[in-house]
Amino acid sequence: MSKIELTVNGTKHTREVEDRTLLVDLLRDHLGLTGTHIGCDTSQCGCCTIHIDGRAIKSCTMLAAQAHGANIVTIEGMAQGEELHPVQQAFTDCHALQCGFCTPGMIMAVAALLKDNPNPTDEEIYHGLEGNLCRCTGYINIVKAVKQAAQTMK
Amino acid sequence: MFELSYLKAKSLSEATSFLSTHPEAKFLSGGMTLLPTLKQRLARPTHLVDVSALAELGGIEAKGGQLVIGAITKHYEVAASAVVRKVIPALAYLAHQIGDQQVRNRGTLGGSVANNDPAADYPSAVLALNARIVTNKREIAADEFFQGMFATALEDGEIIVRVQFEVPRRAAYEKFRHPASGYAMTGVFIAEFDTGTRVAVTGAGPGVFRWTDAEAALAKQLAPASLEPLVVDHTNLNQDIHASQEYRANLVKVMAKRALQKLLNT
Ligand SMILES: Cc1cc2nc3c(=O)[nH]c(=O)nc-3n(C[C@H](O)[C@H](O)[C@H](O)COP(=O)(O)OP(=O)(O)OC[C@H]3O[C@@H](n4cnc5c(N)ncnc54)[C@H](O)[C@@H]3O)c2cc1C
Ligand code: FES
Ligand code: FES
Repeated sequence: MSKIELTVNGTKHTREVEDRTLLVDLLRDHLGLTGTHIGCDTSQCGCCTIHIDGRAIKSCTMLAAQAHGANIVTIEGMAQGEELHPVQQAFTDCHALQCGFCTPGMIMAVAALLKDNPNPTDEEIYHGLEGNLCRCTGYINIVKAVKQAAQTMK
Repeated sequence: MFELSYLKAKSLSEATSFLSTHPEAKFLSGGMTLLPTLKQRLARPTHLVDVSALAELGGIEAKGGQLVIGAITKHYEVAASAVVRKVIPALAYLAHQIGDQQVRNRGTLGGSVANNDPAADYPSAVLALNARIVTNKREIAADEFFQGMFATALEDGEIIVRVQFEVPRRAAYEKFRHPASGYAMTGVFIAEFDTGTRVAVTGAGPGVFRWTDAEAALAKQLAPASLEPLVVDHTNLNQDIHASQEYRANLVKVMAKRALQKLLNT
């Protein structure tokens, strides 16, 4: 067992978990933050993407113990009260989701991508989202949403 | 995942002495290869010794004709490093082509080199750039380090501390990405030194290898035309549902020509 202390969406948490516990399971099962999804559990789909110290990572491929002391943001931490984050707003406006299963991870990946590259080309968007799979949209509207978010965040 | 114990090493000596007393323990760096392996129950270590915060294993520095990169340096750090981009831009480019942004944010140079996946990108750069792999015990030349599919010269409990790349005059990397995983179906790294040109191929064979026929041909003339008459023996190459041996043999030549053209344009 390990005692894990971490900050999630600005709130400090302490939990005692088995060493083999995945970070995504700590978030979902222990902290009740079920917005972070598990699509594949094999590091392929990106549904479980969150931010650690500002960078996108797949929380199914990290032990909770590795995140001890980390500063984490999940999809639940993106909106400011009623006001959606510009990436969330762009996904809504551009109809960049259908079933919505990939969406939390997609939004976290896009927000991280725009931090590194505030004005990406189509090619850079494809490259930046290699780690996120969507089975519904065909990606066209996701790329549109990335561009809209880039505009509004300027 | 099987039950295991996690330990965050506080020093290099703590990490290595732990491994020598617990033979079934494993080092954990970025975990981008090891954790999926554990989930598939392909390995069953008793302990994971996290080395990703050891200061001895960090840092990027150019000195005396070498570029020295610590084992725990993440792929995104190599891709974004002003030093790497200035001294060996092809290496920064290679790091930016690995997997996806989430993988690059966690995966490390040391983990990739120790793992020696036959389709990994870094081994081609390590071999072409005539690097030396510095461990807690010794220095190993890249030519001796890589020993075929997932096999290296590392002994049990031996840890990679840093990799010392020889700075070339010019270098370039080109890969044919596996469309789903991003790994190299075939990748070719070419490095031009005062003493000659080294050509390393990953993804095509059971392990990274030097294409010595190409090196000899480029020694006569550093031009794509030199590669044209060469025949790549396909019989030792990989064959799977993605590509036949003959297809990979062709890719070796095509990627080498593209990499060389890129090198000549720099
Ligand atoms: C979805 C996905 C896509 C990927 N795509 C690519 C790709 O396109 N190209 C590519 O090259 N790779 C790719 N990878 C692999 C990725 O680059 C890994 O980061 C890398 O192979 C291993 O590095 P790591 O730091 O994660 O190592 P870990 O998973 O932590 O460790 C890997 C192995 O190395 C050992 N080890 C770790 N550090 C050391 C050390 N310092 N000394 C000795 N032994 C050590 C561990 O014990 C373990 O056996 C991909 C991975 C994923 C999940
Ligand atoms: S659930 Fe983590 S990558 Fe698919
Ligand atoms: S909206 Fe359904 S998987 Fe992306």
